[in-house]
Amino acid sequence: METFDIVFYIFATLTIVSAFVVVFTKNIMYAAFSLLFTFIGVAALYVLLHADFLAVTQILIYVGGILVLLLFGVMLTNNVVSVDIKTGTLNTIPALVAAAVIVGSLAAVFYMTWSTVGEPATAPTATTRAIGELLMTGYALPFEVASVVLLAALIGAALMARRTRKP
Amino acid sequence: MSADTLVTLSLAVLLLPLAGFVLMMFFGKKLPRQGDWLETGIITIALGIALYVLFQKMTTFAGEVGSLRFTWIDFHEVPGIGPLKIVLGFTIDNLAAIMMAVVMIISTLVHYFSIGYMHDDVRYSRYFGYLGIFTFSMLVIVLADNLFLLYVGWELVGLSSYLLIGHWYEKKSASNAAMKAFITNRVGDLGFFIGMAIMFTTFHTFGLTEIFAGLQSGQMPLGSESWLTVAGVLIFCGAIGKSAQFPLHVWLPDAMEGPTPVSALIHAATMVAAGVYLVARVFPLLTADALMVIAYIGLTTAFISATIAIAQNDIKKVLAYSTISQLGYMVMGLGVGAYTYGFMHLVTHAMFKAGLFLGSGSVIHAMHGAMHHQHDHHTDPQDIRNMGGLRTKMPVTFWAFVIYTLAISGVPLTSGFMSKDGILAGTMAFAGFTGHTLIPIVGFFVAGLTAFYMFRLVILTFLGAHADEKRFAHVHESPKVMIIPLMILAVLSVFVFYSWNPLDASHGWISQALPRPATVVPEHLAATEAAEFAEGVHHAHMPAMLLSLTVAGLGIALAFATYYWKKISADRIATSLAPVHRFLVDKWRFDELYGTVVVGGTLALTRALNWVDSKIIDGAVNGAGWATRGTSFISSRFDALVIDGIVNLSAYLSGFGGLVLRKFQTGKVQTYVLFTVASVLVLYFVFRMV
Amino acid sequence: MQTSLFNGVLAWLPNVQLAHFLIVSAILFALGLYGIVTRRNAIMVLMGVELVLNAANINLIAFSRYGGLHASGPALDGQVAAIFVIILAAAEAAIALAIVLNIYNRFQTVNVDEVSSLKE
Repeated sequence: METFDIVFYIFATLTIVSAFVVVFTKNIMYAAFSLLFTFIGVAALYVLLHADFLAVTQILIYVGGILVLLLFGVMLTNNVVSVDIKTGTLNTIPALVAAAVIVGSLAAVFYMTWSTVGEPATAPTATTRAIGELLMTGYALPFEVASVVLLAALIGAALMARRTRKP
Repeated sequence: MSADTLVTLSLAVLLLPLAGFVLMMFFGKKLPRQGDWLETGIITIALGIALYVLFQKMTTFAGEVGSLRFTWIDFHEVPGIGPLKIVLGFTIDNLAAIMMAVVMIISTLVHYFSIGYMHDDVRYSRYFGYLGIFTFSMLVIVLADNLFLLYVGWELVGLSSYLLIGHWYEKKSASNAAMKAFITNRVGDLGFFIGMAIMFTTFHTFGLTEIFAGLQSGQMPLGSESWLTVAGVLIFCGAIGKSAQFPLHVWLPDAMEGPTPVSALIHAATMVAAGVYLVARVFPLLTADALMVIAYIGLTTAFISATIAIAQNDIKKVLAYSTISQLGYMVMGLGVGAYTYGFMHLVTHAMFKAGLFLGSGSVIHAMHGAMHHQHDHHTDPQDIRNMGGLRTKMPVTFWAFVIYTLAISGVPLTSGFMSKDGILAGTMAFAGFTGHTLIPIVGFFVAGLTAFYMFRLVILTFLGAHADEKRFAHVHESPKVMIIPLMILAVLSVFVFYSWNPLDASHGWISQALPRPATVVPEHLAATEAAEFAEGVHHAHMPAMLLSLTVAGLGIALAFATYYWKKISADRIATSLAPVHRFLVDKWRFDELYGTVVVGGTLALTRALNWVDSKIIDGAVNGAGWATRGTSFISSRFDALVIDGIVNLSAYLSGFGGLVLRKFQTGKVQTYVLFTVASVLVLYFVFRMV
Repeated sequence: MQTSLFNGVLAWLPNVQLAHFLIVSAILFALGLYGIVTRRNAIMVLMGVELVLNAANINLIAFSRYGGLHASGPALDGQVAAIFVIILAAAEAAIALAIVLNIYNRFQTVNVDEVSSLKE
């Protein structure tokens, strides 16, 4: 039992518990804030996996971008002053069964297949430069396509959100 | 410049209509004149390139085959197979070059004709866009050098045909016809797909060249010779659907609900000929048995549809059945081994049948205009009984129409004479080699029928007196943009473009360019060898020519005697042979048969299942009593179905389908997600078990 | 007493390996899926989608660190894939929220089960 393991268990617990809150709370604001902790927990797991660049990206984009966007969505579509910020659920029982079966089977497969894979021999290095090189060489085409996708999403989102519907 | 440069040029021809489609879809409505000049211009440029490619192929690069290939997916090592790559490509051989030129010529003329015919249509720009995507898809079929791309184009033309048949989708009949065409084609395409899969399983490639090479080296599909025949027939199933061959011919007459220029382009000249093109492409791998099946299917189609055409009164329906009949001819020609003439008939038929449809479009346009002028919205502008005497009012349309009719009837000096004669000589030679004498007998009979019903159409439409004097005064010749394509097609229906000798096409450039390809199947499975067969055709040529002239002359004379001089009363024949006449008017009751067997069979099955369900739910309380009642109920309903034919069967079916499917169609995405997840889990555990 | 219980738990928890990360990701995935399926509010559904995407990313990065699929060992390709997932998640969130706003303008609700005019 080393520091690494203790840190892992702490952040794994944080991630899973806050994800539970996201999924099960009735209050949409609580859910959004718990999602913040889930994202931070996941970022910490990235750090433990020596993916420093990804961890920073996770914080920047998920916490700084997507979460803020979601909060905007909440604010714009709910009357915050009134109490209508709680949300209902449906399909609870079948979904619970399906989720349980999925967790069970996935965990079983993962554990049985990869339980023996331990810490790799290679020493961790900073990944930013290597990722940058990969993006500019082997993954140049997907990278460019992704930029086009982002541009299209930008224009599309602006167009859709601003379009006023004729009565 | 090399033969491969021609492929690059052909790719330009392929992509120009696609560009036209994209431009028309996005900007068509904003352009002046809704952009018809843009799409038409693009197609005209593509036509220029296509003709240049054909000319170069026939002169400088005769005998060279250009191709362009690329790796689509590289699977590297696949367990049990070894290295697997899917290589796709385009090729331009003589067959593709000629077909491409035919497609582009018809497409261009139809574009110009449409400017006049569709000029105040609501979805004018979209119509031109659809014409563009159709031309693109058709060229994919033509240029593909492998079954995979061919299949892609095959489905794309199906889609564009669906869009164009349903162009006036406000009309219920039009949207129904579009669905019927699509679904009927699906049946044939399934066969094509299975055939393709058999080939791929064995040879691990879609490339036709590789498949032929594999067969030649003695490797058999799935390791057995009979599978080769089966695979050939299955691939031909695609042609049965697309080329409207018996028993899947029922969609083509209904497809006439689309705009008439579309019927000319898609349902007369090009798309329906794709099936014939497919058979020509895979010709080397067809065994003698497969060819026999093909020949008999073509024969049956030609005969059935020719008889139906006699009894139809809608000008487009007559032409539709005549198209099916001529397609049957082509398929029969290929089936008996008259490869060259079968394909040549495709080319000549494309010209004169497109002309016939455009001519009928011109007539309908004029009739419609005159009726519109009189505020008459009840009379059918397509019914030939409402026509007559149009010769004096529409001289250009009339003379062009007469030339096409002479061509389809097989009168000398026309293109149709040469190709049809070749096919008939081929059937005689085939009968000589194999003893199947039924094929030439029915073939000649159908030739006579063709002449008869085509001249019936001409006489009732253009000669005699018009049905309504007042309306007649308002009939006018169509605008120039419509009649010039008619003139061009009329000129192209003359023999000189195909062979210098009007009586024998065997030395014409098409015959020289398209010799029958050598077969790749083992010798004991192959049909009569090409050179020997050509010898047989040569001997049969003279009697075939005399016979076909006789039957065509008889047909024409009979048509004039019945409908022009009225020596024979058509009505009296119709009444004295009322059951036969009824049967022909009802199109051999194929729609009813499919309605009863397919739809009714499904319905009976669903009824039976429904019964089982309610039985289980009710429990065994009143079991015996209910069972007796249920059985008698079903058998009585089934009896009523068999005896009465169909009574609103489609409504029953959709009602029942809705009842079942409503449970799944909740409109909630999340329920769908749940279904998906559950299915994935079930699949996972099923595969775990296995 | 308490220290020994703590030590006992620590001893029971095994050393962290690849499988641990994978199981965390499996739990996140199932939670996200549960959220997607059960929530009536469209924005909550989106949160579920983000959870699923994060679960996938943990998987990708864990394999990138530990190897386990190839004999060739760890490689950075998993992290690059994760970057693309993040990029697409950002695009998806923007588009999805624009759609949600449109739905809100039109139906005055963001509850996905009430927006079922496709059913008719």
